[in-house]
Amino acid sequence: MIIELKDVNKTYFGAQPLHVLKGINLSIEEGEFVSIMGASGSGKSTLLNILGILDNYDTGEYWLAGKLIKDLTEKQAADYRNRMIGFVFQSFNLIGFKTAVENVELPLFYQGVPRRKRHTMAMEFLDRLGLKDWAGHYPNEMSGGQKQRVAIARALITNPRIILADEPTGALDSKTSEEVMALLAELNREEKVTIIVVTHESGVANCTNKIVHIKDGVIGEIEENQLHNASVLGAGSIMK
Amino acid sequence: MRIDWDSYKEITESLARNKSRTLLTGFGIFWGLFMLLFLVGGSRGLEKILANNFSGFATNSTIIFANRTTKPYRGHGERRRWDLDLKDIDRLSMMIPEMEVVTPLLSAWNQTAEYDEHSQDCYIKGIYPEYASIEEPMLKYGRYLNESDCIQERKVCVIGRRIYNTLFPDGGNPCGTFIRIGPVFYQIVGVDISSGNISINGNMSRTALVPMPVVQKLYRGGSRVDLIAMTGKKGVKMSSLDDRIRQIVAREHKFDPTDKPALGLVNTEQLFGIVDNLFLGLNILVLLIGLGTILAGAIGVSNIMMVTVKERTTEIGIRRAIGATPRQILGQIIMESVTLTLAAGSLGIVFSVLLLEGLEKITSNSEFGAAPFQIGFWTAIAAAAGLAVMGVLAGLAPAIRAMRIKPVDAMRDE
Repeated sequence: MIIELKDVNKTYFGAQPLHVLKGINLSIEEGEFVSIMGASGSGKSTLLNILGILDNYDTGEYWLAGKLIKDLTEKQAADYRNRMIGFVFQSFNLIGFKTAVENVELPLFYQGVPRRKRHTMAMEFLDRLGLKDWAGHYPNEMSGGQKQRVAIARALITNPRIILADEPTGALDSKTSEEVMALLAELNREEKVTIIVVTHESGVANCTNKIVHIKDGVIGEIEENQLHNASVLGAGSIMK
Repeated sequence: MRIDWDSYKEITESLARNKSRTLLTGFGIFWGLFMLLFLVGGSRGLEKILANNFSGFATNSTIIFANRTTKPYRGHGERRRWDLDLKDIDRLSMMIPEMEVVTPLLSAWNQTAEYDEHSQDCYIKGIYPEYASIEEPMLKYGRYLNESDCIQERKVCVIGRRIYNTLFPDGGNPCGTFIRIGPVFYQIVGVDISSGNISINGNMSRTALVPMPVVQKLYRGGSRVDLIAMTGKKGVKMSSLDDRIRQIVAREHKFDPTDKPALGLVNTEQLFGIVDNLFLGLNILVLLIGLGTILAGAIGVSNIMMVTVKERTTEIGIRRAIGATPRQILGQIIMESVTLTLAAGSLGIVFSVLLLEGLEKITSNSEFGAAPFQIGFWTAIAAAAGLAVMGVLAGLAPAIRAMRIKPVDAMRDE
């Protein structure tokens, strides 16, 4: 069990307190390819932030690879993020003034890996994702699909236990979306990386092997989707 | 934060991204440091130029001279003339045991020194050898006047720099040569090249020092003297003896001891005190201006870093998300600030050093004498160290703000 959430609650205290996560229980096994699906405001992004140790939760327990993630110092959190989790974002979040290869190197820089080794590794990962020729280019010289592949390379380079993808296809057209999802599926199949995709598109969710529906801060149906036959339009899925 | 090629690259990259802003911010620091060091060097040089004027002059001495009385006293009317005379010297040195040297000065004005076809306006000052402790000679050739010169009333002289340069344009040792001053031939025994501009009865460079008895007999007659110069023994403040000097002289010459204008009394100790205070004030002012300017520059840096951090919220958020610790972010921002301040400040140091060097070159040929405008090596090092500290302080507030950026916040607003 790589991820285990036990009765996790999260409330945003603003002018009007917002109870976003209402007792989430979720287990994800190592090597799974899961999507968390819900409409906007369902709490799926908050859940992802908690899974990625980018945000705290109020009550409950979050176990990541056998470690209780609670009351971590910033340094510990940074270290876990760096070594255990790879992030893929909707808007890629590449650093604009760094080339593709420098962006991919960055997590290793913070691990203190020597420059030469870092560079070799980054080139290797870019090569695997078919971006070797683009290594010296800046993000604004690349297409959306290429940028997302650079981001995936950056997520993979630390050899993390899980990859968290937040709407990874949100800014891509349908063809590139399919390519990116295929890439994630391939990584899951061949590298046995645990991948969690957060999305509101049922088509994207359908590419994963398991769909976790979330609505109003509560986990609904958990759909096994090994055959990828949940309707592309999401008509067959019941959201509670 | 490790200091290596990567850190360096990260820093220069982000500084180079907005060149004009970096330049303008750096200019504040540059100007501040330049101002501080240039003013420090400048005031030091100025102080030295002034000190050159005083050089060789006893700092703890009193000089007295006679003026007309201003008060009637014991049957004498006011505006009476009186003179100091040789007996006053014995009196003062005997009655005030704190005195180290009491020595008179007698001048003959408007003289012309001649040698070959050269001539030079000059003064004759009649002195005893003890006078050396009032105006310290800096002998280039020969010797100072001595006891025998005075006892035997030898017609010998020690000439000043200007006289030497005019009469002997080819240089060389003039000792033994006879020069004519007025109707009298004097044999040169020494050349005094001291450059002090404090002059008692004429500047030393245009003075021929002659034994006191010779001047008395040839030019003035009688036992009166123009000035009496005194220095105190070690640890004696000359200004504390003023009253006793007045009492002694007034009683003898029958004027009112409270009649201050009747006895001219100059205290070099007070004079130097005034100058010292002046420069103390100047130095404080320089420091205030310089430090103020640097401070303004540092605040500028801090401000700009603040803006930069705000602009880079997303970038910093990404870095945090992929595993940068808060400390690494803190380190980066501070290093950027330190780099900016150090680079700009070093330029300021270099620039002020060059300019001061130029000033030194210019003044070395001037009549004031060479003055060390240049700041010391350790001053420069201290300035650089101070800069580094300032860079850290300037970067601290923005860096702490950057450190507080949460990855979630950074990536939310898109």
